[in-house]
Amino acid sequence: MKHVKRAAWYLLLIAGAAVMVYPLLWLVGATFRTNAELFSSAGIFPLEPVTEGWRGAFAAYGGQIDLLRALLNTYQFVIPKVMLTLISVTLTAYGFSRFEFKGKRVLTAFLFATLFLPQTVLYVPQFVLFNRLGWVDSPQYLPLIVPAALAGDTVLVVMLMQFIRGIPKSYDEAAALDGCNSLQTLWYVLVPMLRPVLVSVGVLQLLWSVNDYMGPLLYVKTPPRYPVSVYVKLSMDADSGFAWNRVLAVCCIAMLPQIILYFAAQRFTTPEAGGLKE
Amino acid sequence: MKRSRTQLRRRSAYLYILPWLIGFAVFRLLPMLWSFVCGFTDMNLFRGVRQTGLMNYTEIFADSTVLRAVGRTMLFACVSVPLKLTAAMLAALLLARQMRGIRVFRTLYYLPSILGGSVAAAVLWKAMFRDQGMVNAILTALHLPAVSWLGEPHAAMWVLILLRVWEFGSPMLLFLAALRQIPQDLLDAADIDGAGAVRRFFRIKLPMISPVVFYNLMLSFCAALQEFSAPFVITDGGPRGATTLLSLLLYRSAFTANEMGYASALAWVLFLISAACSAAFLLLRKKLVYLPDEQDAGGAA
Repeated sequence: MKHVKRAAWYLLLIAGAAVMVYPLLWLVGATFRTNAELFSSAGIFPLEPVTEGWRGAFAAYGGQIDLLRALLNTYQFVIPKVMLTLISVTLTAYGFSRFEFKGKRVLTAFLFATLFLPQTVLYVPQFVLFNRLGWVDSPQYLPLIVPAALAGDTVLVVMLMQFIRGIPKSYDEAAALDGCNSLQTLWYVLVPMLRPVLVSVGVLQLLWSVNDYMGPLLYVKTPPRYPVSVYVKLSMDADSGFAWNRVLAVCCIAMLPQIILYFAAQRFTTPEAGGLKE
Repeated sequence: MKRSRTQLRRRSAYLYILPWLIGFAVFRLLPMLWSFVCGFTDMNLFRGVRQTGLMNYTEIFADSTVLRAVGRTMLFACVSVPLKLTAAMLAALLLARQMRGIRVFRTLYYLPSILGGSVAAAVLWKAMFRDQGMVNAILTALHLPAVSWLGEPHAAMWVLILLRVWEFGSPMLLFLAALRQIPQDLLDAADIDGAGAVRRFFRIKLPMISPVVFYNLMLSFCAALQEFSAPFVITDGGPRGATTLLSLLLYRSAFTANEMGYASALAWVLFLISAACSAAFLLLRKKLVYLPDEQDAGGAA
């Protein structure tokens, strides 16, 4: 009886996993199909595999932008963004969870309120602001980096605050007795203990930033600077009439770095920390 | 001596939160206030302001396109969020058992969520739901009628909903963590009393993790009200405006027509809708959520 129950459980798990992963497997298969064969079949394996889609995926659009360039562009702003996010988010969470100061209640309320403030409300005024600052289409991708570098992603601050609260204050006090100032306490005592959460914070910010479409759509105007999210949309608009295998190969390559990174980071993170935002 | 030390700590606290404070003031608070004011003007990015008053709001509430978009946005949120959370809960219950290989399954279930709001996932969806696409091929193989997914207004809305339901990984992980924290003796006691799996779920597990359920409900709902990339990439708001969600309308009026004043007013309408929904959820939370700490204060239902 117990064996039957266990087998049934595995069956359910496998059925669920099949539904979840099937679209991705179909995507991989579809990139190796001919365009004539691409639609009209629900299977994964192509009848006569071709590499036409993959070869086409790397071709350039009018010599201005190609997939590799777009990937490089993406990581050119995503990597500094993630680094600066980690620093600012850690400092902010530390300030809020370990110190008493005037106005703390009000500021904490603001912090939590921004959690539920729709980003959509800010697109218009932020665009006008960045436009006035001359940051639209900036080669350093300033509008995409600076708000995050100032701990703009409040969800990450809140997530870190929860973990800092879980660390007994006696650690801080012991460090202070040993002569550490507050910054040294943060760096030598708390940061090592927070390492798994910090990896999660970094991975989440990286995934959101790579996937983000609205930001680049508004603030990157010159084709050679397009990041991969804009490039994927561009290749769809240009090719979906006739070369779907090429479009899907572009999608596949665009997804790959995130999936690899996710698997690589799994070893270092706490799995429960992964689910904080949409 | 003691006092100057606390003063020093206080001062350093401001230094730590300074980056956030600047970011909050410059990139959140100011833009927010600015857009409130801007909503009462006819500001155009190139033409500037010519007129002020309530005209944007009177126009919004008289415009059937906007009202329809509000309706479609609410429909999208009200259908996709419960489905997504139900899927997340079922998956979490499946994964909560300690079994060999469970980590692999957890990773597979989370995989689609890595792609989040990415354009690539939306393009994949568009390819799958074409008339001759993979989904219709499966339907035909099962002897079911094919559906013109992107051509029928109702079907197109389902395409967007299914994409977001597919990405249920974030709430799933939070449910899973919450399920693990339910004291085992509670479940054992229910077992001894002869409670079945369904009863145990509704009487013990669900009440115990209800704070997490509400947190996810609010967060997912807020995110659903802002949905942009799926309708923009997959349907471009069509067919016949059926998937023109509010954020898409907002994008068009701000960045295609450059009508910043009108778009700001629209943004505030969206903001008020989502604030009203959040408030409703918080009220509901007081009624329905089980909070052991507040039991003595009469806060538990």
